[in-house]
Amino acid sequence: MTTLSDPPKGGFRLSTLINDTRYRSYTFQFIVLIALIAAFAYLGSNLIANLKAAGLNISYNFLGEPAGYDINQRLIEYTSQSTHLRAAVVGMLNTLLVAVVACLLATIIGVVVGVLRLSNNWIVNKLMGVYVEIFRNVPVLIWILIIMAVFVAVLPQPREFRGDDATASMFLDLFAFTGRGFYFPRPTFTAEWAAGSTGYLIIIGLLIASFFGARALSKNATATQERTGDRPTTWYYTLAIWLVPVLVACVIMGLSWEIPALKGFNFKGGIYARNSYIALTFALSIYTAAFIAENVRAGILAISTGQTEAAASLGLRPSRTMNLVILPQALRVIIPPLISQYLNITKNSSLAIAVGYMDVTGTLGGITLNQTGRAIETVLLLMAFYLIISLSISAVMNVYNNSVKLKER
Amino acid sequence: MKKSVFFGALTVAALAAGAAAAGTLDDVKARGKLNCGVTTGLVGFAAPDANGEWQGFDVGVCRAVAAAVLGDPSAVEFVPTTGKTRFTALASGEIDMLARNTTWTFSRDVDLKFEFVGVNYYDGQGFMVPKALGVSSAKELDGATVCIQTGTTTELNLADYFRTNNISYEPVPIETNAEAQPLYLEGACDVYTTDASGLAATRAAFENPADHVVLPEIISKEPLGPLVRHGDSEWGDVVRWSLNALIAAEELGVTSANIADMAAAAGNNPEINRLLGTEGTLGEMLGLDADWAKKAIMAGGNYGEIFEKNIGENTPIGLGRGLNAQWTDGGLLYVPPFR
Repeated sequence: MTTLSDPPKGGFRLSTLINDTRYRSYTFQFIVLIALIAAFAYLGSNLIANLKAAGLNISYNFLGEPAGYDINQRLIEYTSQSTHLRAAVVGMLNTLLVAVVACLLATIIGVVVGVLRLSNNWIVNKLMGVYVEIFRNVPVLIWILIIMAVFVAVLPQPREFRGDDATASMFLDLFAFTGRGFYFPRPTFTAEWAAGSTGYLIIIGLLIASFFGARALSKNATATQERTGDRPTTWYYTLAIWLVPVLVACVIMGLSWEIPALKGFNFKGGIYARNSYIALTFALSIYTAAFIAENVRAGILAISTGQTEAAASLGLRPSRTMNLVILPQALRVIIPPLISQYLNITKNSSLAIAVGYMDVTGTLGGITLNQTGRAIETVLLLMAFYLIISLSISAVMNVYNNSVKLKER
Repeated sequence: MKKSVFFGALTVAALAAGAAAAGTLDDVKARGKLNCGVTTGLVGFAAPDANGEWQGFDVGVCRAVAAAVLGDPSAVEFVPTTGKTRFTALASGEIDMLARNTTWTFSRDVDLKFEFVGVNYYDGQGFMVPKALGVSSAKELDGATVCIQTGTTTELNLADYFRTNNISYEPVPIETNAEAQPLYLEGACDVYTTDASGLAATRAAFENPADHVVLPEIISKEPLGPLVRHGDSEWGDVVRWSLNALIAAEELGVTSANIADMAAAAGNNPEINRLLGTEGTLGEMLGLDADWAKKAIMAGGNYGEIFEKNIGENTPIGLGRGLNAQWTDGGLLYVPPFR
């Protein structure tokens, strides 16, 4: 074998590119790259030539035209006179809303189920096994449709709340659970300067400040514990840090609640979570949670039992063993597959149209595509959107993964 | 091995692309089958019956064209398309013609590069509500939840109508008619809106059609007709005149009952003779047999017969002729002369 890697004598010959082990892999990679570029160039020119033959062209001018259609759930201002671009943005925000909430829910359910699946309690263990197998082995589209159908059929419709002989009534006179969605009371601020979104922004700002305050407090407590061996009791300080600023702000800004009420065909007022949104988010969450549960189980099983035994011999209770010893180590195994589950949720959210939820596939890839006929352009835009979102999720999660993974020095 | 597969695939793709460029009429003849795009299922217009046979008003047009071109009304491959997939299917050549209660609009004709060959049903968008709501006019629908079939002209008309009348609504987009029905019946939406003919067809499929009413407002013009791709005028002519033959046959009193006698020998009416190929060379001009129109009409009868059989007043759908009567009866059907 040594003779193969001997440097060749003499000058450069074309055959060295193939025969010399130092260059061979580069040569082949170069050839493959050229072939790949040529293939894509062929496909691209073919597309453009065929479009030209059909008298069409690639143009994104339609994005500036009025969209002409209405969207039910809009997180930003939108009317039917807004542009197609704005309709696409409304759809993107709706996609993100589903994806973020479903990722959070799926993680919580998945971790709980994954841990419980390893429980020594036979019933709990088997129940979780049944849950995982049922949800993992039925396509998510079916789950979305089933949940939506059950939702619409089981819950009372607004008309059943109407009249003196109403068959349904509001929960505590504050919440309305209807087949069209859930209505919650909405906090509003009566102070003039805090009207609109200003008040909400102030509250969010305060909560973020409280988060850092509570973290500093906890860090301080840990430092004290390491210095003296005694951890000071801080829970009432933490509670105060979280509650006091928000409560004071609410009093100053004049908090009042807007209660949903039945007016005309529908409930009006309050926060409205549409049936399509709830069904989609819930279906995506419990479907993906089944996969996450298996990841969590695998991660925990990857930690040797010696760790549990060592923790037990130190006198740690089982719950603390799990929280302090097993899970932190298991995270290293869990996070990489978790990233792909998050990506799955984001991509699966494009099934939204099955229940009439207006995500970006429904607005840009659905109605806009249809009304303008610009299929290639809109699909390219859609691909770019999902690619950017997926890569961002990957990037964020990889940063997190790097922070928890085993540091080798 | 892999390489040869790749080049093989490339060759096939190139051949397919080449074939698509040739005349659609020749393609259909060579294939021996007409690929016709229809709805995924709208009773009366296009839906498979209990035996899996496609039946309906739009299906009748497909069968007439297949009969005219291939001499066999059953030589049709029905391709179900949704409101979203129909134009891509036609533009890509997956189907030869689209007969899917599609509204003839400027942008579809001009910008999307399609050719509407005529109108087989003059329609307009309407609203259906449960009788129990006690609504008698669309203007009372302020705040209502409205189910719409997405990817159609209806959602644009709807947005325009509610905006001009300054009333609010909550749109619920639905992909197909079949998905909209349970949502409407369960009460997830107060109103279902689509073309009035579609509403009648949908209502007919309900358990208790009498519990639902179609509101009097018609908020748009919806001329529905078959369409083909731009740029192949020969094929466009074949589809156009097959449809025209059906309408002309009704006007001239040619029915599936008497067509065999009329076509046996040239009669007294020269236009019937030209239509049925006993006189003149109209078929040859189209690149078809002399008796092309006879076959088209025999496939399912003339326009009136197809109408009565599928969506007429004696069917569960129960649509009157209205605008779709012959011009001689005060309707809008008026075909150019066969000459």
